Amino acid sequence: MVHVSATPVLALRGVSKRFGAVQALTDVELEIHAGEVVALVGDNGAGKSTLVKTIAGVHPIDEGVIEWDGKTVQITRPHDAQNLGIATVYQDLALCDNIDVVGNLYLGRELKKRGILDEVEMERRSRELLQTLSIRIPSVRIPIASLSGGQRQTVAIARSMLGEPKLVILDEPTAALGVEQTAQVLDLVERLRERGHAVLLISHNMADVKAVADKVAVLRLGRNNGVFEVKTTSQEEIISAITGATDNAVTRRAARSNGEAQK
Amino acid sequence: MSTDKTSASKDEHLVENPEAAAAAVTAVDPRLLVREQGLAGYVGEFKRKMRAGDLGSVPVVIGLIVICIIFQSLNSAFLSAENLNNIAVAMVATGMMSVGIIFVLLLGEIDLSVGSVSGVAGAITAVLTVTHGMNQWLAILIALASGAAIGSLHGFFFAKIGAPAFAVTLAGLLFWLGFMLQILGENGTINIDSEGAVGKLTTYYFSDVAAAYGLATAAVVLFFVTTFLDSRRREAAGVPSRPLSEIVLRTALLAIIAFAAAIMFNQYKGLPLALLLFLLVLVGTDFLLRRTGYGRKIFALGGSVEASRRAGINVTAVRISVFAIAGLFAAVGGLFWSSKIAAANQSAGAGDLLMNVIAAAVIGGTSLFGGRGRTWNALLGVMVITSIQYGLALEGIATPVQYMITGGVLLATVVIDSVTRKTQRTAGRA
Repeated sequence: MVHVSATPVLALRGVSKRFGAVQALTDVELEIHAGEVVALVGDNGAGKSTLVKTIAGVHPIDEGVIEWDGKTVQITRPHDAQNLGIATVYQDLALCDNIDVVGNLYLGRELKKRGILDEVEMERRSRELLQTLSIRIPSVRIPIASLSGGQRQTVAIARSMLGEPKLVILDEPTAALGVEQTAQVLDLVERLRERGHAVLLISHNMADVKAVADKVAVLRLGRNNGVFEVKTTSQEEIISAITGATDNAVTRRAARSNGEAQK
Repeated sequence: MSTDKTSASKDEHLVENPEAAAAAVTAVDPRLLVREQGLAGYVGEFKRKMRAGDLGSVPVVIGLIVICIIFQSLNSAFLSAENLNNIAVAMVATGMMSVGIIFVLLLGEIDLSVGSVSGVAGAITAVLTVTHGMNQWLAILIALASGAAIGSLHGFFFAKIGAPAFAVTLAGLLFWLGFMLQILGENGTINIDSEGAVGKLTTYYFSDVAAAYGLATAAVVLFFVTTFLDSRRREAAGVPSRPLSEIVLRTALLAIIAFAAAIMFNQYKGLPLALLLFLLVLVGTDFLLRRTGYGRKIFALGGSVEASRRAGINVTAVRISVFAIAGLFAAVGGLFWSSKIAAANQSAGAGDLLMNVIAAAVIGGTSLFGGRGRTWNALLGVMVITSIQYGLALEGIATPVQYMITGGVLLATVVIDSVTRKTQRTAGRA
């Protein structure tokens, strides 16, 4: 872990979210510091996507508190999240195949000079950004359609970096990627951390989580099921927390006291 | 925005992490698409594009040359100044409507109503000026505004209500045809004043030879200066720029075409007003599509609606505006059409007009699937279609055969498009 700050960039305190009869999230706690990669794991239906959407402002929370840099904030619209400095890269990348890399990076926030697109400046900044992130693509002037899946993913992540966000949320960035491309994306995640961004990484892939994450937050059935330091935790422990087959402190203690009672 | 911060952190990054710095230097993969500077690089780039199936306008230009050779060998009057001049004027009505259709095709949608809308615009102008004696400029303005309003109405049903554009504009095709017949009234034909503004659209020529040469010179100079300055700016910013040799080559090519056309026009009546207006529209719309934020939004919508929405683009507004543009250009085309036949009549906007408009856009190289195309495609496509019509007419070949041949050309174009699309996919460019 590189320079981790004392106050978390983002902290969720007792966040609950209900959809009709379904309690999607119950009293969820989460802390993410600057320069830290937190992996959010959990089985299907554990509430990962819902949690991400509450942070991104798609679904406002019902109960609980969201703290940003130690201050309580309201995130009720995607706009609020963006204004705070939260960038979300969704699983379907939301890039336009027919537009070149520069155009996609600046889509919706084109640089203009007297009403005319300033292509030169956009291209210069794009190259600079991609170079800073060590992203390898053949040319910034080819359409997204020509890029491989991994390259597209890196472009999508680079695009989220344009607004200089403090927190980047990556939703399954390595799903559907090959070995080489996965490595490229993981490299990029590490570079984001080196540059002091907080990263929330949603993943099903334990190998990826072990490779880049500093902490793993496990969700199970909409509740916290433990936060682990990656370095000191084995893969099996995380998996059993995900599946609920945990031999955790509580169950051990219960078993012990049962045993003592029986003596 | 981001730059200052990124460049600052890059420097510190370089010091901290030499391996990453080494990687950063080769961020652009040297195996691919790195173009040599100079003319060799230009030729190499061209070859690579051809192999990858990125044919651009090349098939159309070849097709046009083939058409010229065939018809010229059949009848030496085909390449005469008079015939070419007539083609240049006759193509403008269809061409203008094609420009509008290209905007819609870029969204990946279709507008089937442009033929009928053009008829409505012609009828409105004729009825207002001839029957009601209104000021002709006001009448033209009302006709154009009606075209845009009709287009917005179609756009509203498509974008806001969510009805398929195909169905909405098919309904529009029928409705506005009926509307046109209704306002034309009983006898069905209103002759327009051939000395009026609409009448002059296709009959006025700048007979002074200086006009055609002046336009050619202005176009060449403007092209050279803008590309040269752009290249200089790119060089100054440290991004890849066109080498001077390439700029000179392109300018020379443009100069040859422009002056050949100017000489040809001056041998007959001079530069036609209709063609000048068409060229101005092409330059203007091309600029709008490729150099403004609005144009970028249209391309984005043609690529991915969801991505555009997430990027904060107002999808509904852009869609409605694009249909309004199609309606506007349909109306413009309608005015040129009624100028050509010197009347507004019941057959205006009917027959093969709609098919020709769409065919011109597609033959010119606009994709039917959205997101690919330029308004210059309208010029190339409409030149092909009108040349075939005039060539066959010179031979005295009847309309049925004309239809079949134009249909064949359209099919050939779509086949070329589909085949190159496959090649593009294998070359990873589609």
